Amino acid sequence: MRIIASLKTALAAFALVVTLAMVSPVSAQQSIQGVNPTAQAVKEQDLLRQLDAVSGRVSIPDQKSGLLIQPQGREWRQFHNTTMFWVGVVSVLGMVAALIAFYMVRGKIMIDGGFSGRTILRFNVFERFVHWLTAGCFIILALSGLNVTFGKSLLLPLIGHEAFTNVSVIAKYAHNFLAFPFMAGILFMLAVWVKDNIPDSVDVAWFKAGGGLVGHDHPPAKKFNGGQKLIFWSVVLGGIALSISGVLLLFPFFATTIWDMQIAQIVHGLVGVVLIAIMLAHAYIGSVGMEGAFDAMGSGEVDLNWAKEHHSLWVKEEESKKAAMPKGMVAAE
Amino acid sequence: MARVKFLCDADRCIECNACVTACKNENDVPWGINRRRVVTINDGKPGERSVSMACMHCTDAPCAAVCPVDCFLTTADGVVLHNKDLCIGCGYCFYACPFGAPQYPNFGSRGKMDKCTYCAGGPEADLTPAEYAKYGANRLAEGKLPICAEMCSTKSLLAGDGAIIAQIYKERVLKRGYGSGAWGWQTAYRETVAI
Repeated sequence: MRIIASLKTALAAFALVVTLAMVSPVSAQQSIQGVNPTAQAVKEQDLLRQLDAVSGRVSIPDQKSGLLIQPQGREWRQFHNTTMFWVGVVSVLGMVAALIAFYMVRGKIMIDGGFSGRTILRFNVFERFVHWLTAGCFIILALSGLNVTFGKSLLLPLIGHEAFTNVSVIAKYAHNFLAFPFMAGILFMLAVWVKDNIPDSVDVAWFKAGGGLVGHDHPPAKKFNGGQKLIFWSVVLGGIALSISGVLLLFPFFATTIWDMQIAQIVHGLVGVVLIAIMLAHAYIGSVGMEGAFDAMGSGEVDLNWAKEHHSLWVKEEESKKAAMPKGMVAAE
Repeated sequence: MARVKFLCDADRCIECNACVTACKNENDVPWGINRRRVVTINDGKPGERSVSMACMHCTDAPCAAVCPVDCFLTTADGVVLHNKDLCIGCGYCFYACPFGAPQYPNFGSRGKMDKCTYCAGGPEADLTPAEYAKYGANRLAEGKLPICAEMCSTKSLLAGDGAIIAQIYKERVLKRGYGSGAWGWQTAYRETVAI
């Protein structure tokens, strides 16, 4: 009896549930149609407006891929293909044009008193080694670097895609490996020459007198004149900027986000082409631009007349140093 | 000529990753390279959306514009392919791509770039073993669409002629009454799907 009673209750309950189930779908459908699931959904344009990028969660180990859209890539493309290209063209070709114009107007800067035949040691073997280590690396780094921006327009049409890729691969390896001796050279240069490159009042006077470039004066200068100090600091500071940005580019995403990489590339490119322009001027004046200048880095011994005309205070210092150290000399009456 | 595109309907994507798995399998994608990935925005919060993203095969592709060795080519269908024999692995295409499509071997360190090819292979001759080894499957040469869209469990990822998939998406949005938009279309194709 009890079993039948509980069965009846169960049947009644079951019938009730079935009836309710048949009735409720209608009302459930009405509530589904009334809900808009996208009401709270984010829109792409809103996210871009708020954060300049759209990112979310990914389930793979490469967490960088969580960045869904970074429109900054378009701006970087604009910089690299247009801005960087034209800054490079203007600085490099502009400097070449300026040097040609200067040579036509001023000609080679000659030693007024002519060669004396006597020399004085200007740069010792370590100084010359450091200079040529850095300069040699810089030339290859500059050419391989310029290839990245300009190779596609200048070299590729001449030699075709396969040959250009081969050249670019070699250039890339050269660039990546020679970067390290270049960085070492910059540090050595800083160590060996920084004490002679601190700006002082002698340089102010040197610039005011035109530095020998404007006019034919020979304003006094110590071991390095004002112009050379500018070159030193451009190379050291520019070299450090190139080194830091370059190392970041060499180890992508090790410590950087995509935006840091874009900035690193911008810094590396801009500082690079400006430094190339400056080095063109430096190479000019140290070779064809001035008689007797190359000897300084060539053999290390410069003509005494040249030294007296261009670095008079340095010659006086060197001669007084020699006079103060009478090694093996008999004191004359 | 058809101009093919991808459209991921973020309101239908359930983050099942079938597209990711299908792509990996069909193209024999090496370990560590993710041609396609699913990104979940606002995970766990109201309005959570998932989007499947690979290469969008952009109009005026920024990757092609910045490549120093000019290794990209856009086919007549609008597919952006690249030549791995010419690639020098410099990484510039990754800096320029708004979607993070270029991938590099050895878990993102250095080497020749790999990316979604719209299942259209590469510059090698169609349907050769050499093409498969370098670029993966060439379904387009067989008259098929990319495997990711074919395998999508909810048909949220659409691939095919841009006009047709835009039309499908538009009809869906009108019928169901909502749509959070064709993600990435403004950036990739400079157009939106007007509802």
